[in-house]
Amino acid sequence: MSKELEYLSRRVILGRLDRRAFLGRAAALGVGATFANTLLSSAARAQEAVRGGVMKVGLQGGAATDSLDPATWLSSVMFVFGRQWGEQLVELAPDGSLVPALAEEWSSTPDAKEWTFRIRKGVQFHNGQEMTAQDVLATLERHADESSQSGALGVLTGISGLSADGDSVKITLSEPNADMPYLMDDYHLKIQPNGGKDDPAAGIGTGPYKVVANEPGVRHVGEKYENYWRDDRGWADQIEVTVINDATARMAALQSGQVHMINRVEPKIVDLIKRVPGVTVQNVAGRGHYVFIAHCNTAPFDNNDLRLALKYAINREEMVEKILLGYGSAGNDTPVNQAYPLFTQLEQRSYDPERAAEHYKKSGHEGPILLRTSEVAFPGAIDATQLFQQSAAEAGITLEIQREPGDGYWSEVWNVQPFCASYWGGRPTQDQMYTTAYYSKADWNDTRFMREDFDKMLIAARGELDEARRTQMYADMSQIVHDEGGVITPMFNDWVEATGPAVGGWVPDGNHEMMQGYAPSKCWLNS
Amino acid sequence: MRGAVAKLIAQRVGLGLLLLFAVSLLIFVGTQILPGDVAQSILGQTATPQALANLREKLGLNEPAYMRYLSWLGGVVTGDLGTSLTSGQNIAATIGPRLKNTLFLAGVAAIIAVPLAILLGLLAVRFRGRWPDKLISGATLASISLPEFFIGYLLIYFVAVKLGWFTSVSTVYDGMGFGARLNAVALPAATLTLVVLAHMMRMTRAAILNVMQSAYIETAELKGLSQFRVILRHAFPNAIAPIVNVVMLNLAYLVVGVVVVEVIFVYPGMGQFLVDHVAKRDVPVVQAAGLIFAAVFIGLNIVADVVSILANPRLRHPR
Repeated sequence: MSKELEYLSRRVILGRLDRRAFLGRAAALGVGATFANTLLSSAARAQEAVRGGVMKVGLQGGAATDSLDPATWLSSVMFVFGRQWGEQLVELAPDGSLVPALAEEWSSTPDAKEWTFRIRKGVQFHNGQEMTAQDVLATLERHADESSQSGALGVLTGISGLSADGDSVKITLSEPNADMPYLMDDYHLKIQPNGGKDDPAAGIGTGPYKVVANEPGVRHVGEKYENYWRDDRGWADQIEVTVINDATARMAALQSGQVHMINRVEPKIVDLIKRVPGVTVQNVAGRGHYVFIAHCNTAPFDNNDLRLALKYAINREEMVEKILLGYGSAGNDTPVNQAYPLFTQLEQRSYDPERAAEHYKKSGHEGPILLRTSEVAFPGAIDATQLFQQSAAEAGITLEIQREPGDGYWSEVWNVQPFCASYWGGRPTQDQMYTTAYYSKADWNDTRFMREDFDKMLIAARGELDEARRTQMYADMSQIVHDEGGVITPMFNDWVEATGPAVGGWVPDGNHEMMQGYAPSKCWLNS
Repeated sequence: MRGAVAKLIAQRVGLGLLLLFAVSLLIFVGTQILPGDVAQSILGQTATPQALANLREKLGLNEPAYMRYLSWLGGVVTGDLGTSLTSGQNIAATIGPRLKNTLFLAGVAAIIAVPLAILLGLLAVRFRGRWPDKLISGATLASISLPEFFIGYLLIYFVAVKLGWFTSVSTVYDGMGFGARLNAVALPAATLTLVVLAHMMRMTRAAILNVMQSAYIETAELKGLSQFRVILRHAFPNAIAPIVNVVMLNLAYLVVGVVVVEVIFVYPGMGQFLVDHVAKRDVPVVQAAGLIFAAVFIGLNIVADVVSILANPRLRHPR
């Protein structure tokens, strides 16, 4: 009963249920009007930000090998903790649009080759120094350096010149790129004093919290920085990130109130968690997707009829239902979905064993097709592979499954073997996604999709500043991948997270997990 | 006679060192044949070929293996465990706190488990074949039969979530008071106790029962001593050697084999530390951790040997 009232009162606050109806429902549940009104006002209070407290966060994805140097970041824990102490030039709003952060504004020459970012004044690093254009310049130089090991090296390769002048930083590109400002949102590109060239792992940034304890793989603590420059975040006095890699332990910590929010709730247990009073499951559609990838240049997958046969032989709805338990949506054999800007919906391909059999026959292939998989490919990958095997069998296609060890899967199987299961986390723009994995010269072209016309379209779209034309170009490109690519995209997964009773201010943000990592600083604790 | 004992002990210690040396060789070879590339594992899915090449160069992965072994061994002998590949920090400095945590948890578990196991063993002997014996045997066998993660989850669910007595997240950190630390390790220590109890208890029971058949026990009984006094004063000292052996084996397990418990209770010990570094192919750290585990194991076994020698006059006076 308390669960239902909690839910109803939240609906009133969101404006989806009027107050009178709420009181009526409360009475039907046997609750007096006084109590129901109290509940309602406490729910309303929950909508106003509250300062103070220690925000405790339990996260999967941290290891003893983590470092505070942003260039080295890969794990969820460093990603989320990094959002608390560091900031980039720009950031993404929950709806995916680009908004200013450490840069106040930006502009480009009409050919989209020269970009100027005006750097915000009066922003302090945690060591008391004021952030300047020189620091921004040094940061970009460090990450763009060929000898660096930065995770952002890939997105910065198109830069041919960097310079700082007064309070602005100019970036010159070798090729036009209309999405250039989006690249500055890469979470590795935290602006550090002198770009972190002196001490990359010092953990000094401009974020709402300054680092006070850093024990990789165990816990990371931040304390509110008193001179932080904006007041729309950083509500709690302190944030404490605890690394809890075990799913059950993470759940138990949330249930017993030892943490206020956790990431990566497994779809399997979502329904159980929903019943726990006070716990709210937060799920939002994202850009991450699970894939089966075939090399377009390796027999037998060099035959498009065979690729089409496989695409028709997979039951996407069944996988969303059984693997994601509904927490996701069906893919359409492209790497993009409606979470991307400038997206156009193509005709949805669905499971059709007859057409699959037709294409399979036309391809002339015979015998079993080897599909490699592993539990690390994506959560539920083994089960998904078996579902694929069954649905393909109905079309007369024999898939032979080979389970690979998780250890070494990303170096020995993915991007090496011709047909395997994998996942993508998605990128902020279609251009980045296609450039990373569908451009013929990309290192991670994991489907060996090499088409000159596609490459040309990609480069042309990148330099196109007219949105309508650009949207059409991306639609054409995704049509090509949909029809002829080597990627089979059964599903896009939701981010599924959970918060405890005291947490307020959570907004759905599908750009990345934990509200893009901003959850600890943008949410507050109701006392 | 004291000289002979000292010689025996010195022999054991020397053998232990030799064994440790052999283990170091095995560890080195083992880490070399791990599948996957170190640079790829460090940089992960987001690595570019250029970054990979840079890192391989920096890590000296292009040198021959025996050179790397010799320079590593030289470092270890002089107390320098090297620097971590992934974090670039001194390994001794990063391992230190983790080792301390592991020893703390193992210590707490041992302080509860060892006396408890021996006491239960003595009780089982005293009431052999009667209901206390059966109850003790049954309960400890049940606890050893359950996998440790299952015991851990049961404790978390009932004691931490439902009753709220102890915390389910056993993270400990610098600046934490001793009481808070004890509270934090309560559940993992209880889990470990349940896991190791049965083995030690059964061994104590069996060893003492064996001695109880001896003629001098009958003499003691005929002298009119109480049953429990006979067990404690006459039987137990002669059963110490096998008991110490099994106790040491379990202590070693508490130090080197608790990674599952560490993961479940989010305890920052050596096991999780080692696993993290294996996953990243941080070979120097894996080697250092492996060596420390081996040293603990060999050290505890030497202690067991020495105690057996001291407790057994026949070994003290070899013919």
